[in-house]
Amino acid sequence: MDTQLDLWEVFTQSKPGQPYRHAGSVHASDRQMALQNARDSYTRRGETSGLWVVRSTDIAATTLDDNPSFFGPNDDKIYRLPTFYTMPEGAKNI
Amino acid sequence: MTMLTESQSEFFEAKIARDEKIEPRDPMPDDYRVHLIRQISQHAHSEVIGMQPEGNWVTRAPSLRAKLILLAKIQDECGHGLYLYSAAETLGISRDEMLAQLHAGRAKYSSIFNYPTLTWADIGAIGWLVDGAAIVNQVSLQRTSFGPYSRAMVRICKEESFHQRQGYEIMAQMMAGTPKQRAMAQDAMNRWWAPSLMMFGPPDNDSPRSHDAFRWKIKRESNDTLRQRFIDKTVQQAEVIGLTIPDPDLKFNEVTGHYEIGPLNWKEFYDVVKGNGPCNQQRMAHHIRVHEEGAWVREAAQKAMEQVNH
Ligand SMILES: [Fe+2]
Ligand SMILES: [Fe+2]
Repeated sequence: MDTQLDLWEVFTQSKPGQPYRHAGSVHASDRQMALQNARDSYTRRGETSGLWVVRSTDIAATTLDDNPSFFGPNDDKIYRLPTFYTMPEGAKNI
Repeated sequence: MTMLTESQSEFFEAKIARDEKIEPRDPMPDDYRVHLIRQISQHAHSEVIGMQPEGNWVTRAPSLRAKLILLAKIQDECGHGLYLYSAAETLGISRDEMLAQLHAGRAKYSSIFNYPTLTWADIGAIGWLVDGAAIVNQVSLQRTSFGPYSRAMVRICKEESFHQRQGYEIMAQMMAGTPKQRAMAQDAMNRWWAPSLMMFGPPDNDSPRSHDAFRWKIKRESNDTLRQRFIDKTVQQAEVIGLTIPDPDLKFNEVTGHYEIGPLNWKEFYDVVKGNGPCNQQRMAHHIRVHEEGAWVREAAQKAMEQVNH
């Protein structure tokens, strides 16, 4: 039997302090191989300060059907946005 | 494979109309999925098979600098194959299946890699012309409608820029060399020019699958448009280093501002696609042999994985 091992998702950080972003995926048998394959595949130009790998099956994600009701609760809470508030005339730096 | 409901179908069409990317879990018509699997896997196979003609010169590169560059370039192509296989996998096909299709001759790869690399100048010609043509195509595909494919293209285009430059540098160096070196460069140019132009696929009026690909925004520009863009760029680059374009009919049209070329030999193109190019059998036999010889590595990794997980 042939095998292509498990699928892992790769996240890279371009500079210290920056957020990690999804770069793509690799096949690997364990964490170490996943990190090495991710390094060889997604960081060949040396513009990476950090790498995360996670088994694809361990990622929980929303689906399209979830979208309206799952993200819906934010729609009626516009007071979370700064533009909701009226500032007194002449007030500065706020 | 299931039919889309009416609302799913509307969702897909609306996203395409708004120029938004389709993501793997979005509803999509079966034909869209099938078209993409064929195109992306073929693209991936091309990156991988394309390593063979270049690999032929690694041990004979004329300097350590040239060898390091060639190795880095080939490693990039391997990476491009990986990005593309990953993008295709998000559509529900496994890498095993894609490789099985390749080995059975049911999946194609770019015909250009069925030509041999006879001299070091061929490495220059491949980087400059073959990667050059691939770049024109891939820049256009950055705007393709399937998210993972588009993102792979963005990443690949960033890496490609050195590929073409290193090839052009080789050609320029040889054209500044001895008469023998200049003849070698011109000979490589003569052999790779037309096959490079044919990489863009048949003329627009003879391109069977284009209609759907345009409607779904998988393809954003036509074969002839992309081919013309490549010709216009490349003729000037050839002139700068003193290479002659091997086409007696080539002329500049003052009115359109474009170069016009003579007829291409499409019979030869289809012949090579069918498997009758100089290296088709060699390329496939090599890929199958290496894949089979590497089976023990995959098995060992699988065993190790099972042990860790128990
Ligand atoms: Fe490539
Ligand atoms: Fe390339």
